[in-house]
Amino acid sequence: MSKRDFAAVIFFAIVAVFLVFGALLTHPFGEFNQENDPEMDQYIIDNTQNETGADNGVTAVVFDYRGFDTLGEATVLFTAVAGVIILFRRLKK
Amino acid sequence: MSGMSRIVKTVTNVAFPIVMIYGLYVIAHGHLTPGGGFQGGAVVASGLAMLLVAYGSVWTMGKVKEKQLSVLESIGALGFISLAFLGILMVLLYSSFQGNFFNNFLINQDIIPIFNEIGRGLANINTAGVIPLMNFAVGLKVIAGLFAIVLVMAYATRLKGVKQK
Repeated sequence: MSKRDFAAVIFFAIVAVFLVFGALLTHPFGEFNQENDPEMDQYIIDNTQNETGADNGVTAVVFDYRGFDTLGEATVLFTAVAGVIILFRRLKK
Repeated sequence: MSGMSRIVKTVTNVAFPIVMIYGLYVIAHGHLTPGGGFQGGAVVASGLAMLLVAYGSVWTMGKVKEKQLSVLESIGALGFISLAFLGILMVLLYSSFQGNFFNNFLINQDIIPIFNEIGRGLANINTAGVIPLMNFAVGLKVIAGLFAIVLVMAYATRLKGVKQK
């Protein structure tokens, strides 16, 4: 086993430990725990319809509460399209 | 790519309007049902990619150029960012109004009462303020962007020297 393989195994072990602990630390699906739950998801469930008027909570979060995130996604898509069109413009002739 | 057989073209002719209607429905009802601008735009762009595969890139490039798609995508991006900036500018219009970037300025106001409603069912399509408009802008942007990528790559890698049908 070379030094490079050894480094890859150590890196994989660290990532695997992080993933396992991350999976163990999430609260169980469907259970409502008043002490451990953050306030934000319950706030969004309670107040989305009155604050944004949207029936779909996910779209309300994506386009209203977290608009900056959507702006970043749109910028990424725009950059990708511009890059592809620039890359293939010489091959058309 | 010079188009596929007559069977594929016939199936595409049948399936293409259904895919278009479903994608546009997902965009237009983004604030009521699961989905939104990105998802519906991806559905519509998939339908256009099916048209591109069935009829060939030369035929499709004769119908629509990638410069027109770039213009459409820029219109979508500018619409989205101008809706975001209108949230700031609406402070000048409404008194006692807190304006900031990405403010939903059509909800909780009294000037245009038809948009000042809260969605409580699938029929209330005039709700949610600027969220449907942002869905349309992002949907236009995703349709034009993804179709421009697929069209340019298919046209650049077409077989040269083969007689096009």
